[in-house]
Amino acid sequence: MARKLLLENINVPGIHTFDVYRQNGGYRSVEKALKTMTPDAVVEEVKTSGLRGRGGAGFPTGMKWSFLAKPEGRERYLVCNADESEPGTFKDRFLMTHIPHLLIEGMIVASFALGAKTSYIYVRGEMMPQIRILERAIAEAKNAGFLGKNILGLGYDLELYVQPGGGAYICGEETALIESLEGKRGNPRIKPPFPAISGVWACPTVVNNVETIAAVVPIINDGGEEYAKIGNGRSTGTKLISASGNLKKPGVYEIELGVPVEEFIYSDEYCGGIANGKRLKAVVAGGSSVPILPANLILNTINGQPRLMSYESLSDGGFQSGSMLGSGGFIAFDEDQCIVRNTWNFSRFYHHESCGQCSPCREGTGWMEKVLHRLEYGHGKMSDIDLLVDVSKKIEGNTICPLGDAAAWPVASAIRHFRDEFEWHVNEPKEAVARNYGLAKYADPLPKLEEVVSS
Amino acid sequence: MLSVTEHKEIEFSSALIKQFDEIVTRYPQGKQKSALLPVLHLVQAEYGWVSPEAMDKVASYLQIKPIEVYEVATFYTMFFLRPQGKYVLEVCRTGPCCLVGAEKIMDHIEKTLGVKEGEITADGKFSWRGVECLAACGMAPVLQIGPDYTFYEHLTNESVDKLIETLKNKI
Repeated sequence: MARKLLLENINVPGIHTFDVYRQNGGYRSVEKALKTMTPDAVVEEVKTSGLRGRGGAGFPTGMKWSFLAKPEGRERYLVCNADESEPGTFKDRFLMTHIPHLLIEGMIVASFALGAKTSYIYVRGEMMPQIRILERAIAEAKNAGFLGKNILGLGYDLELYVQPGGGAYICGEETALIESLEGKRGNPRIKPPFPAISGVWACPTVVNNVETIAAVVPIINDGGEEYAKIGNGRSTGTKLISASGNLKKPGVYEIELGVPVEEFIYSDEYCGGIANGKRLKAVVAGGSSVPILPANLILNTINGQPRLMSYESLSDGGFQSGSMLGSGGFIAFDEDQCIVRNTWNFSRFYHHESCGQCSPCREGTGWMEKVLHRLEYGHGKMSDIDLLVDVSKKIEGNTICPLGDAAAWPVASAIRHFRDEFEWHVNEPKEAVARNYGLAKYADPLPKLEEVVSS
Repeated sequence: MLSVTEHKEIEFSSALIKQFDEIVTRYPQGKQKSALLPVLHLVQAEYGWVSPEAMDKVASYLQIKPIEVYEVATFYTMFFLRPQGKYVLEVCRTGPCCLVGAEKIMDHIEKTLGVKEGEITADGKFSWRGVECLAACGMAPVLQIGPDYTFYEHLTNESVDKLIETLKNKI
C-alpha cells in the first residue's frame, strides 16, 4: 500500500470532530510550529519539502510564501482557495467534508508562517454543506484554544473565517478570488502587482489551494526532508487524484507522485479498470483545462516509456504528445464516448464561465462553442476544424488570466489527437448523429520512434 | 436578466439583520462590502430570489451604491434574478457528469415535471436548470437543491422520481 499523508485517518469514525481528530494526532503541527519554530523556519521547512501548489499551476509553495511582502504596520492575509470548480476535480470537497480539521490545522500553521492574524477560506457557494462543516470545525478548534486570541497561551492571535462564493469558476483564479472576497465581480486583476505585494484590500496576500494547505501539516510533523523522500524527482509528496468518468471505482485517491498511469487506472488499489468491461479511449489527466490524450499516449510517452502520475511525466512531450497533472482531475473516457461532443461540452463550460473582460476569451469561447455545436449536430464544414484551431490559437496567451488558455487547450488537443473523428463528423453527418465513432485506433500501440522519424 | 419594475420598499427581518451584522464583523473596518456575497445568499434563502428591491435594501445596509449590488448579483450564477419554484433542481451538465448520463437525467426531469429548463411548475413547487460543474464528478450524475444545497448523487431515473415524489409531499 502506498503511503498516505492526508487521508491516513479518513476512515476513522468521527474524524470530522475535533476530539477524534485530536486523539489521532491532530493539531500536533500547530503545537510544534508555535512552540519550537519561528515563522521563517516553517517557510524553510515547506521550501525543503518541495511542495508544489495543488490547485493546478504547480508553483513551489515555499517560494510563493517567501515572496510575501512584509511592510511594517500592514496586515497580511492568507486566503485558502476552496473554489473548487475545475471539471473533473472534487478532491477539496472530499477533504473538507470528511476531515475538515486537517485544513484548519494547516491554515493555522500557514498563517503563523506568514504572519497573518486574519485568514479566510473562500469556498464555492454551492458547497453550503461544506461551509457549515468548516464553520462547526472552526468553532470547535476555537473552543479548544487553537484559534482566537493567544493560541495555546503562546502569544499568537488568529481569526479564521469562511467566505462563500457565488458560483463562478473564474473565482478559482487567485486575483478574481480576491476581487470576489472584496464583494465584487470575479474579474481577474492585471499583474503585476502580484497578490504577494498587493492582494486583498491592497494588503500582501497569499492564496493557496485546500490540498496545498493540508499538505503543510505532514510537512511540519515529519519534516520537509521526509516529505521530499516521497514521490519522483521534482514531484514530491503525495497528491489527491479525483478520478471520474467511465471508471469502475471513481473517487478520490491519495497517490505517491510517480505511480504509473496504467497502474492507477487498472489496479484494484485505485480505479479498478474501465467500467462495464469497456476499453479506454482517452483521458483528461488534470482537470478539463489540460490537453486530452488518446489511450495510447496517456499510458506511454512518445518515447515508449510508461507514463507516470507526476508533474514531469504527464507533461513529457509537451503539448505535442503530453498533457499536465494540473489539479489532478483524472477523467477517463470509454470507447463509446464522442470526443467532439465532449469538446463541445467543455467549450460551453468555458464560454459560460468567461468573465467577459478580455475580448479574445469572451468572443473566442462563444465562437468555439458554436462551431463545435454545429460539428456535433451534423452541420459542420471541413474548414470548421482548422477554424477551431485558429480561434484557439488567438485566445491562447492573449488574455489577462489563464481561463483563455484553459479554454483553448482542450479544443486544440482534441483536434490534434482526434482529427479523424472530427473529419468523420463532417463527412458522415447522419452517421455521426446516430452513432459514435468508437475506439478506432486510439488505443493502438504507438509506432516506434524510428518509424515516426522515417515517415 | 435583471429588470427594474415598480419599486416597493421592503424591510428585512431583525433576525436577518442580526445575521448580516455578524458577517460584517469578519472584515476590517470600512471593508463591509466584502459581506455582499454572504448577505445575498441569506437574502435568497429568505425570499427564494434576489429582487431589485432586496438588492437596493442590501446596498443601503452595506452603505454601497445599488449598482455595486446589481453587478455582483448578475455576475454570479447562483443568484436568481426572478422568482423560482420552491425547489430548484440544479443538475450538473458538464463533461464528467455527461459521460455517465447527466443529459438523460435532465430529459427525465423535464418530462416528469412537465416544464422546460428555467420554467416553474403550475403548483409553484418546482423549477430546474442545468448548471456547470458542481465538483462532484466521482459521484456523477449529481444535482443540488438550495437554499441548503443538499446534494443528490449517483442519480438514476428512479432516484429522481423518488426525490420529486418526496418533495411534492413535503409541506
